[in-house]
Amino acid sequence: MRASRLLVLMLLSACWPALAQQGVPVKLPPYEPGQYVHVAPELDALMSDASINAELKKVILRGRDIFMNTQQFRGKYVFNGMDCKSCHLGEGALNWGGPVWPAVTTLPDFRGKNQHVNSLEERIAGCFAFSMNGKPPEYGSDDMLALVAYHQWLATGAKVYERNIGGRGFSSLGSKMPEGTSYQRGEQTFREHCALCHGVDGAGRQQDGKIIFPALWGDDSFNWGAGLARVETAAAFIHDNMPLGKPGSLTVQQAWDLALFVNSHERPQDPRYTGDAKATRKLYQNFHNGTLYGTEVNGHVLGQHDNTGSKPFLKPDVLRDRSFE
Amino acid sequence: MTRLQRSILFAGSLLLAMSVRAQGDALRGATLVQQGDGNGGAACLSCHGSDGAGNDSLMAPRLAGLDATYLRSQLLAYQQGRRQGALMLPNVQKLTPQQIADVAAYYAGQHARAAKAPAATREQLTLGERLATRGDRERYIVACSTCHGPGNRGVGSDFPALAGQHAAYLQQQIHEWQNGNRHNDPDQLMLAIAGRLNEAEIQAVALYLAGLPPKE
Repeated sequence: MRASRLLVLMLLSACWPALAQQGVPVKLPPYEPGQYVHVAPELDALMSDASINAELKKVILRGRDIFMNTQQFRGKYVFNGMDCKSCHLGEGALNWGGPVWPAVTTLPDFRGKNQHVNSLEERIAGCFAFSMNGKPPEYGSDDMLALVAYHQWLATGAKVYERNIGGRGFSSLGSKMPEGTSYQRGEQTFREHCALCHGVDGAGRQQDGKIIFPALWGDDSFNWGAGLARVETAAAFIHDNMPLGKPGSLTVQQAWDLALFVNSHERPQDPRYTGDAKATRKLYQNFHNGTLYGTEVNGHVLGQHDNTGSKPFLKPDVLRDRSFE
Repeated sequence: MTRLQRSILFAGSLLLAMSVRAQGDALRGATLVQQGDGNGGAACLSCHGSDGAGNDSLMAPRLAGLDATYLRSQLLAYQQGRRQGALMLPNVQKLTPQQIADVAAYYAGQHARAAKAPAATREQLTLGERLATRGDRERYIVACSTCHGPGNRGVGSDFPALAGQHAAYLQQQIHEWQNGNRHNDPDQLMLAIAGRLNEAEIQAVALYLAGLPPKE
């Protein structure tokens, strides 16, 4: 009796680890009451939707292809190692992962970054000029139309001009960096949780000449004018999305530390550079109040250089003021 | 095992891996593969084949053409209990770091040929392709190819090739993550995904991956 009880106990304990299924939780910020939440359609829905004109389908798919593999335009539209999908996760449709459909339903609108009313095309051009360190496809071009079509399809059924959108952008941590946020701690956390994919030198990772994981700083990364160069934006992106598949696994403080560490490194010049980083910072203060650009970090004024990465010019022509006077 | 103990083990294994300065010797590896280590470890070829093709019915993975550093770290993981296998452990537990490097060098140098993928339904292949190349956004299942690279042919030493790997082995390993027997993935990156897959998905994605060409 005793022996058999012991046997049962032993069997139970042997089985115990196998019975408890292991996993990693997904911890995302909750949607606030009253927030509008849109779930973008899946590719399967596009393919099986007979009501969408076949030619339109082709254009939407073309836009998706540009979005997912923007590197096919390396040296034309893109001069770093980024694809649209590098920052806009889940094919540009993931809430908290920089979903792009809100650009469709909220624009045209006034944008603080460039102080005028922007169209969807202009918003996309901004991504190319800053985050891709590139030269946007011409307004009205086939490639631009294809991108717009993909964005608009993702917005299928979404409420137009709704502004209180759950899971939009990267702003879940607010704009105030906690006191005591630490570069050194950020470096340590980077080595533990980020370097495997992004490299100890932040240069990302390639395989057979293809970008697998994007560069976080240096010539192959987004330039000083990109939204993710803002520490608060990067912190929220990191917290809600990184490491990939483990959203919310880092603490809020770890995310801030990492964002500070990553954005304390050099990157290609802001296309709006006047020749003086401190002056440029002042000129675009409402943007650069979130970055370390034009400030002294580790004995060096960030952004005080003429390096535009592999891009052979500073500013794409498409970046311009707009006025209706 | 506590997290701290795991970390210490992991750090120890890194040190051990780094202490093997010499590159693996594929010729010496060939001898081990054919004859075992003479210390209780069977010849690798009895399950994995001398060409490293593996054996689906034994759940013995294809080793041919896999990254040598990846193979080395897997053998170390068996020795340290971060991977478990009643068949593998007695055969690898007495291998020296140098012997591990030699065997890894041998199999990494073998020509990778596609596994014979078991029959799969069209629905399974469609679902498998979807998971492998696009994932499942709303359930936070990242596509395999995001980390395992274009065509799921592997990325460096950390993300092994899945293309053309035996389906039964792939399924078994996802289960091993789910039940906690395998925990040698960096930062629990694979556990995160494995834990979100259901049985139909595990089967489908394994069948799809097994049918992919291991080389471009």
